[in-house]
Amino acid sequence: MKKTMYEKIWDSHLVVDVEGQAPLIYVDRHLMHEVTSPQAFEGLKISGRKVRNPHSILATMDHCVPTKNRHLPIADPIAKKQIEVMADNCKENGLNLYDMKSHNNGVIHVVVPEHGFVHPGMVVVCGDSHTATHGAFGALAFGIGTSEVEHVMATQTLPQKKSKTMLVQVNGELSKYSTAKDIALAIIGKIGTAGGTGYVIEYAGDAIKKLSMEGRMTLCNMAIEAGARAGLVAPDEKTYEYLNGKEFAPKGDNWEKALAYWNSLPSDAGAEFDAVVTLDAADIAPQVSWGTSPEQVIGVNANVPAPESFDNEGKRKACESALAYMGLTANMPITDIKIDYVFIGSCTNGRIEDFRAAAEVAKGTKVANGVTAIAVPGSYHVKDQAEAEGLDKIFIDAGWEWRDPGCSMCLAMNGDELTKGQRCASTSNRNFEGRQGKGGRTHLVSPAMAAAAAAAGHFVDIRKL
Amino acid sequence: MQPYTKHESIAALMNRSNVDTDQIIPKQFLKKVERSGFGVHLFHDWRYNDDGSDNAEFELNKPAFKGAKILVVGDNFGCGSSREHAPWAIADYGFNTIISTSYADIFYNNCFKNGILAIVVSQSQLDALMAEIAANEGVKFTVDLENRTVTTPAGNGFTFEIDPFRQGNLLSGLDDIGLTLKHVDEIDAYEVKHKQSYPWLWV
Repeated sequence: MKKTMYEKIWDSHLVVDVEGQAPLIYVDRHLMHEVTSPQAFEGLKISGRKVRNPHSILATMDHCVPTKNRHLPIADPIAKKQIEVMADNCKENGLNLYDMKSHNNGVIHVVVPEHGFVHPGMVVVCGDSHTATHGAFGALAFGIGTSEVEHVMATQTLPQKKSKTMLVQVNGELSKYSTAKDIALAIIGKIGTAGGTGYVIEYAGDAIKKLSMEGRMTLCNMAIEAGARAGLVAPDEKTYEYLNGKEFAPKGDNWEKALAYWNSLPSDAGAEFDAVVTLDAADIAPQVSWGTSPEQVIGVNANVPAPESFDNEGKRKACESALAYMGLTANMPITDIKIDYVFIGSCTNGRIEDFRAAAEVAKGTKVANGVTAIAVPGSYHVKDQAEAEGLDKIFIDAGWEWRDPGCSMCLAMNGDELTKGQRCASTSNRNFEGRQGKGGRTHLVSPAMAAAAAAAGHFVDIRKL
Repeated sequence: MQPYTKHESIAALMNRSNVDTDQIIPKQFLKKVERSGFGVHLFHDWRYNDDGSDNAEFELNKPAFKGAKILVVGDNFGCGSSREHAPWAIADYGFNTIISTSYADIFYNNCFKNGILAIVVSQSQLDALMAEIAANEGVKFTVDLENRTVTTPAGNGFTFEIDPFRQGNLLSGLDDIGLTLKHVDEIDAYEVKHKQSYPWLWV
């Protein structure tokens, strides 16, 4: 039988499949951060259970950590406690933790690939919806809740319902001004935030093959914003080149064995998917979200939609309330939207390639009057690399703040946040009400679009710069 | 986990779609290291005014919905972040049943781990339930999980589908981990085979 990549990974990880119970699948890698794990460790302790495979776990601290003045104690006592509890839990259970002082520290989904901890064909989980990122390597990677974190620690397995499969085929060539972020947003704009619910998406087509590993991570990262359980890209030479030589990548004989396995993973020619969506990359303009859901997104050259332009009552109502919250008028050009803040970073766009793209636009510019712009590398390794290339100087000379790594303003848990009514051009993944601070207004864009907005004080069509 | 029993309860109405977990429990409340005490923060940004007083405009602050155990809400409920703090807050507030046309994947799983029954209905069923509540705020519905039925005074009742495994676990209040560990021999055997097939994962 011809199989999709998802079906191959599923079949090879099935531990128990009996009538009347959800199938149990095996978990190869378990990623952790400080926010969704403490209650799982507590549960484990109460029930007298132990972590089954400590070597399968890699942990970091990212959500609550400050991105400046790291040498000072954390001011927020509750955040400080959460960080301390994480350190204690990892120590007690013998887990590999990149704590705040480690040079390997950073956002979990940026750090993990840097060390080659995820390989093609693995099942990877984390108490974090953006675990989908690691699908870029051809691994089945998905977010779980805290009860499931405890379940995986205790059993190395998870009861799972098999997903349906969706092929998202992106044909043709992307313009040099559009990025993986724009593909991700355009897909969500097309299928909606619930369009992928119940599915695992496989991204394929010329435009996907041409993406770098960083770009594929950005794309898969936002599979969850389309409602999908996970996103996948077939492993290829780029994947292998990226992994080769990394700390946790297979070595010597094992590398050859792994390669043979990895090469068997891509979907068989003619394998059937439950749904197929096709996009032409050439049609994807740089995207800007205008509302409070990632599906409320449009090309930078377009106008803010009017409620009456939607053909169903639910979407009309959603548009009305989004326009009210965002303080926008129907039919105004996207490029007339003025901004107060710019954030470049996050597990979506916090990698070296993102800072290179932003720096190229920021070079020689100045942040517009009244605008605050912060660049938050996804990890210390990204920060080091950027500094080695002189990117930090470009940002600083342009009036940006150059910070230490963390999730920062993607979810605004660490004190980096918008105040009521402030408007942000953000490279993160969610534009929900209050996501970046109560009353804050978020527009999702690519790093280059964010850098251009910082200089102009409003959105600009980077194709016309 | 408490076993889920048949109950008659007030059904509260939130006629909103795409309610995300950032709204259900905003991030400033995710720093706690315990599972309890999240109910007071449920829907915080909608529920309270800037001065901390109750926002009278917010649906769940209506006196008629006080004590509701059933939440009737628009589609794609619980989208966004995987935070289990969302169902913890919902359960701690007092809800044990949600009725909607669709849920986000991770949130749906998280509900059942916390004794919350998430019922999926058709759009027309949801419209009828919403209309019934709107016309008679404070109305009580009866949920019978064993027989998979919801009954309402105006006759908008229905039978719902649910995975028998999830149904059984809710009814018994059984711990998932305990169930899985009954298969520990199979997990051990799988691992032996896994080490042979993928030795590079074990060095």
